[in-house]
Amino acid sequence: MSDERVDRGRQNVLKSAAATAAGAMNPGDDIHEVDHSRRRLLTAATAGIGAVGVVFAAVPFIASWEPSVRARALGAPVTVDASKLEDGQMLKVIWRGQPVFVVRRSKVVVDAIGNHNDMLADPNSDDSLQPEYIKASGPVRARNPEYWVGLAVCTHLGCSPLGAFEPNNAYQVAGTDLGANWPGGFYCPCHGSKYDISGRVFKSMPAPKNLTVPPYAFSSAALVVIGEDEAPKST
Amino acid sequence: MIKRLLLIAAALLPAGVALAQEGGEIALQQAGTDITDIKSLQRGARDFMNYCSGCHSLTYLRYSRMAEDLRIPESDLKANLMFTSSNPFDGINSAIPAADAANWFGKAPPDLSLIARERGPDYLYSYLKGFYADPSRMWGVNNLYLPGVAMPHVLASLQGRQEPVYKNEPDSAGNAHMVLVDVKLTTPGALSAQEYDVFCRDIVNFLDYTGEPVKAKRQSLGVFVTLFLLVGFVFTYLLKKEYWKDVH
Amino acid sequence: MAAAPESAASKGLLGWIDQRFPLTALWRSQVSEYYAPKNFNFWYYFGSLALLVLANQLVTGIFLTMNYNPSATGAFASVEYIMRDVSWGWLIRYMHSTGASAFFIVVYLHMFRALLYGSHRKPRELLWIFGCLIFLVLMAEGFMGYVLPWGNMSFWGAQVITSLFGSLPVIGGSLLEWIRGDYVIADATLNRFFALHVAALPLALIFLVIAHLMALHEVGSNNPDGIDIHDHEDEHGHPLDGVPFHPYYTVKDLMGVTFFLVLFGGVIFFAPTFGGLFLEGPNFEPANPLQTPPHIAPVWYFTPFYAMLRAVPSFWGTQVWGVLVMGASIVILFFVPWLDRSPVRSIRYRGPIYKIMLAIFVVSFIVLGLCGLKPPAGIYPMLAKICTILYFAFFLLMPWYTRFDSVKPVPERVTSHD
Repeated sequence: MSDERVDRGRQNVLKSAAATAAGAMNPGDDIHEVDHSRRRLLTAATAGIGAVGVVFAAVPFIASWEPSVRARALGAPVTVDASKLEDGQMLKVIWRGQPVFVVRRSKVVVDAIGNHNDMLADPNSDDSLQPEYIKASGPVRARNPEYWVGLAVCTHLGCSPLGAFEPNNAYQVAGTDLGANWPGGFYCPCHGSKYDISGRVFKSMPAPKNLTVPPYAFSSAALVVIGEDEAPKST
Repeated sequence: MIKRLLLIAAALLPAGVALAQEGGEIALQQAGTDITDIKSLQRGARDFMNYCSGCHSLTYLRYSRMAEDLRIPESDLKANLMFTSSNPFDGINSAIPAADAANWFGKAPPDLSLIARERGPDYLYSYLKGFYADPSRMWGVNNLYLPGVAMPHVLASLQGRQEPVYKNEPDSAGNAHMVLVDVKLTTPGALSAQEYDVFCRDIVNFLDYTGEPVKAKRQSLGVFVTLFLLVGFVFTYLLKKEYWKDVH
Repeated sequence: MAAAPESAASKGLLGWIDQRFPLTALWRSQVSEYYAPKNFNFWYYFGSLALLVLANQLVTGIFLTMNYNPSATGAFASVEYIMRDVSWGWLIRYMHSTGASAFFIVVYLHMFRALLYGSHRKPRELLWIFGCLIFLVLMAEGFMGYVLPWGNMSFWGAQVITSLFGSLPVIGGSLLEWIRGDYVIADATLNRFFALHVAALPLALIFLVIAHLMALHEVGSNNPDGIDIHDHEDEHGHPLDGVPFHPYYTVKDLMGVTFFLVLFGGVIFFAPTFGGLFLEGPNFEPANPLQTPPHIAPVWYFTPFYAMLRAVPSFWGTQVWGVLVMGASIVILFFVPWLDRSPVRSIRYRGPIYKIMLAIFVVSFIVLGLCGLKPPAGIYPMLAKICTILYFAFFLLMPWYTRFDSVKPVPERVTSHD
């Protein structure tokens, strides 16, 4: 490209000579040498500033796709008062558009949780989604073993499972016999997936994973804040 | 070219003069608000909540946004400023039922989120200062800047009582014609005139902020953008000059 | 793959593309070897600025559409949502609203340039006509865009302007209902204006702008001296008074764009409402069919035409004459290439009559704009009537005063003040 510039410079000389001869240009008009390094420098500097400007200009547009304040408001943590729940009772709340179980578990059930790992596909929750502190809590899969909190969304195709919390040998739910040695847990009526009382899926179920556990924390003995890993203690 | 511009200017002069002379309206008082004055905004927020939010909502302003911009801690917000909601993400709504309010006042008290953008701070400031006693009205008051106003003088205990001032402006036939031109304070209220001015200024400042919470940030960003573009212009100018040495 | 041609073809990826798509050919013919007159002055920035503003409106418009709710119940709140809740939404909104006014400032100045230098004259009549069509579509686009925020001025402005169609004889009433899709401006109207504003008219605008540029490149650019630079060419066939658009005008337009952005940014960041001219006060109140704003005026760029509409009194019980005059004031633009009978193109070589007439035209257009902003009281109605007559006189008398005006000798080669 720089050759063309030099050529143009030479052409200017020719043109000026011709034009001078034709009387259209005055003799002594400036015929200059092109300073290529200055051009390169100025072009590079301008291009640099321009590139920075383009990035600055792009930021607002890209950032506008971030969840808006309204989205953050609607997705804000939800506080649940579980104090009125009795053993074997369940609450369902909506958090970020999804139903969440809060189940009050009796001591008997909690103590028996480790006994049926052989019925489960993933007893240690290696493949499922839950916060670190939930996986670390072992078979109870909870911050406070008395309450179990988890998404009421079957990991097969998203139906909302039913509660069947009593350990029983002949439990019937939705016209289905849950089978012998039913330890108590959840049953999904859509395709028959079974989960235990910590939301862990049984072997050979349509559902591939244990029920997902969202981040949550207790802000008091029975106040659960779903959506936060830490909650300020309240009275 | 210059001649043309002068012609244009000459033609616009009478129009400009005519614009300036537009009379018949009472001149507004200068509000003198400053949306970077956080303390004023905080007082304005408190005063609005205490005196105005009973009837007027600010539905487009979230409590959380107000707390963030005005640097109000969440505990303070929840304890002193949130009367109609417990969720800081909510907009500031008024508890008054709209239908009843329309019944009582003749017109539902409007939402004030954008009133400062619609009418301007000077109008709002003048309005708050412009109530005067008028026995013919339902609430016993009228307003210099909004004749026939449906709103009672909520701040009457603070400002005091004002009386109207009339001036005789004879009409074209020479008949006497009393025109309302001003108000004057006849009975002082709990605040002195100066204190009341500051009180109104704070509320109007807060309403100005509410109309466009991002305004202060917009202006400071604008300084940076303008400087950046001016630097960019210098470079593009030099680049243009360099290449155009080839021409001519 | 077939063997590459041996001419000066590009290699590599570019070569592969060039064998299948005229990329380098287009770059050469339209940019790097398109010769433009070297004496472009200040008035020649506005074409590229118009393109810049168009791009701005398209991009910011798309991003606004991502968060805007085109329903009568949700529109106003969605604009406040954009201004407050959407990250950087306020900036995108201001870029769009300021861009709308900037578009008209740039386009008016761009059209003025044509009248100065005879850019509408043969062989550029079709170029001018495409430009007038762009102006027409732009006005429709601006009008509909203003309705979308569904503020009180949006509503009442739409009510008044669509009513104009109702004044047409016989078909007026049905036409009005058909345009509105309801008995008054309503949700149906908002929805269709949204579709037109966001999809149909931008497509039309883009097509017209491409046609406008093609028509320009077919005959080459005019210049402030109004002479044809191709009359004098060098041994390569390049005009002696021309320079390749790239790099000379890319670099010059870049400078123009940067300066324009300083002013554009100044408005966006420091005065986005521009004293109520760009964003009008009454529009910060939601649409209220029960309460008209005390003073309805269209946005500033329509006020000259609105003033002409109001200036014409009603005759024989109908207001349709004002509507026809307003329509005529725009239609007459299309005829300028044939109304102008001067033997020369550029104002530089015309006599005093055209200069005076053009000055009167500009002043009366501006005064009409002022009249349109004001309520029809005091001196404004009379001023509007006078200026309407002057506006039309510029065009209707043009065939005579351009023919009888004196002319100065036109130079052979361009003159330059650089």
